[in-house]
Amino acid sequence: MSENTSQQFNFELVSSEEKLVSEPAWQVTIPGEEGTFGVRAGHSSLVSSIRPGIVEIVSAQGNTPSKIFIAGGFADVTATNCTILAEEAMKLEDLDQGDIEQEISSLSSNLDNAKDDVEKIRLTRQLTLAKAKLTAITGQLAA
Amino acid sequence: MPSLKDYRDRIASVKSTKKITSAMKMVAASKLKKAQSQAEASQPYARAMAEMLERVAAGVTITDASPKLLIGTGSEQRHLLVVVTSDRGLCGGFNGNLVRLARIEINRLLSEGKEVQIITVGRKARDLLKREHGSKIIKNFTGIGGSSRVSFAEANQVTEMVLDQFEAGNFDVCSLIYNNFKSVMTQEPKAQQIIPFSLTDTIRANDNDAPEVLASPYAFEPEENEILGLLLPKNLGVQLFRALLDSAAGEQAARMTAMDNATRNAGEKIDGLTLVYNRARQAAITKELIEIISGAEAV
Repeated sequence: MSENTSQQFNFELVSSEEKLVSEPAWQVTIPGEEGTFGVRAGHSSLVSSIRPGIVEIVSAQGNTPSKIFIAGGFADVTATNCTILAEEAMKLEDLDQGDIEQEISSLSSNLDNAKDDVEKIRLTRQLTLAKAKLTAITGQLAA
Repeated sequence: MPSLKDYRDRIASVKSTKKITSAMKMVAASKLKKAQSQAEASQPYARAMAEMLERVAAGVTITDASPKLLIGTGSEQRHLLVVVTSDRGLCGGFNGNLVRLARIEINRLLSEGKEVQIITVGRKARDLLKREHGSKIIKNFTGIGGSSRVSFAEANQVTEMVLDQFEAGNFDVCSLIYNNFKSVMTQEPKAQQIIPFSLTDTIRANDNDAPEVLASPYAFEPEENEILGLLLPKNLGVQLFRALLDSAAGEQAARMTAMDNATRNAGEKIDGLTLVYNRARQAAITKELIEIISGAEAV
C-alpha cells in the first residue's frame, strides 16, 4: 500500500439508466449495509451492499465533500477503482425538506386508505425511501 | 373502364399514403436515435453489474443455502415465458417473427410434457398468442415505453411480477423471448433463460468488454451468499431492462425499414399510375380528334 495519502482513485456512480458521476476522488464515504465506511486509494477489495443514505465524495484532500443521496445499491471497491451501482441517486442540494415532508404526509394518508396489499407494499416502500431522504437532510431520525 | 377522374383520385390517394409512410419513417428514425442513446446510457450499469456478479461468483461456494435464483428449484417442470413485443404494428416482421419463435418454444415445451405459463409485454404479443395459448397468459403489460422512452421503473414492474411468481413457487424456469437489436437492419428474435440464472451467460454477453479478473481476494459485506441473494434480483431487473430497451430500439428500426420500403413502393405505384393516366388522357384526346376530323370529312 502506498504511503502517499494524497493519491486519488477512480470513482464511478452509475444508475440503471445512466452514468451519473465518473471522476477521480480522494476519499469517498459510503453508507454500507453493515456500517458506513470510507474508501481511499489502495483500499482492499470489497463488495458491499448499500442502505439508503448519503455518499460523500471528496475530490482532493481538504476539499469540501459533494453529497449525493442514493436509495440503496451496491459498491464495488478495488485498490484503484470504486464503483457504486445506485438504484436511485440525486444531489443532496436538489432535495427540498418541505417537498419531502409533504410527500411523506401524502404517502402516509394514501397508505391509510390503501385497499389491496400490492398497493400497500408499494406505498410502504416509497414511504421508507422518503423518510430516508428526510433523515439525510436533517441528519436525524424521522418519526 | 375507369374514367380519368378515377385515375386522378387513385393517384391522390397513393400520394397521401406516401406522405404518411414517409412521415412515419422520419418519426421512427428520430425515436430510434433516442432509443439507441438510451440503450447506450444503460450500458455502464449492466457492465458494472456483470463485473460485480463475476467477482461474487468467483468467491462463492454453491450450497443448498445459495439463492434459488441461481441454483433453481431442483425441477424443470414448470416454465414461465416472458414474451416481449411492441404495442403497435406497422413495423414489418418484427412482431410476427418474434411470436413465431415464441410458438415454437411453447410447442417444444408442451411436447416435452412441461407446463407453460406466459407473461406478455406489448399488445401484439397478447393479440397474436391469445387464440392459441390464451389460457396460459397470466399477465399482459402494455404501454411500456409508450412515452417514447422505457423507464427502469416500468421494466421493474415486469421484474417484480416475475420475482413474485418465483417466490410464490409458481414456476421453475423462466425464459425471456425478445428481439435482440443487432443493427438497424437486423433484429434477431432470441430466447434467453433468466431463471435459474447462468453466470457464464452474463459474462459472455459482456464479452467485448471482458473485465479483467483481479487475483486479489475480495471481502464481502454481508457474506457471499447473502449478497448474491441481493444482487441476483437486481441483475434480473437489468437483464429485463436491457431486453426492453433492445426491443424498443428494434421496433423503431424495424418500423423505419418497413416505412422506407412502403414509401418507395408508393413512389413506384404513383409513377405507374401516372403513366396509365397519361396514356388514357392521350387516348381520349386522340379519340376526340379522330371524331372531329372524320366529322369534317363527312361534310
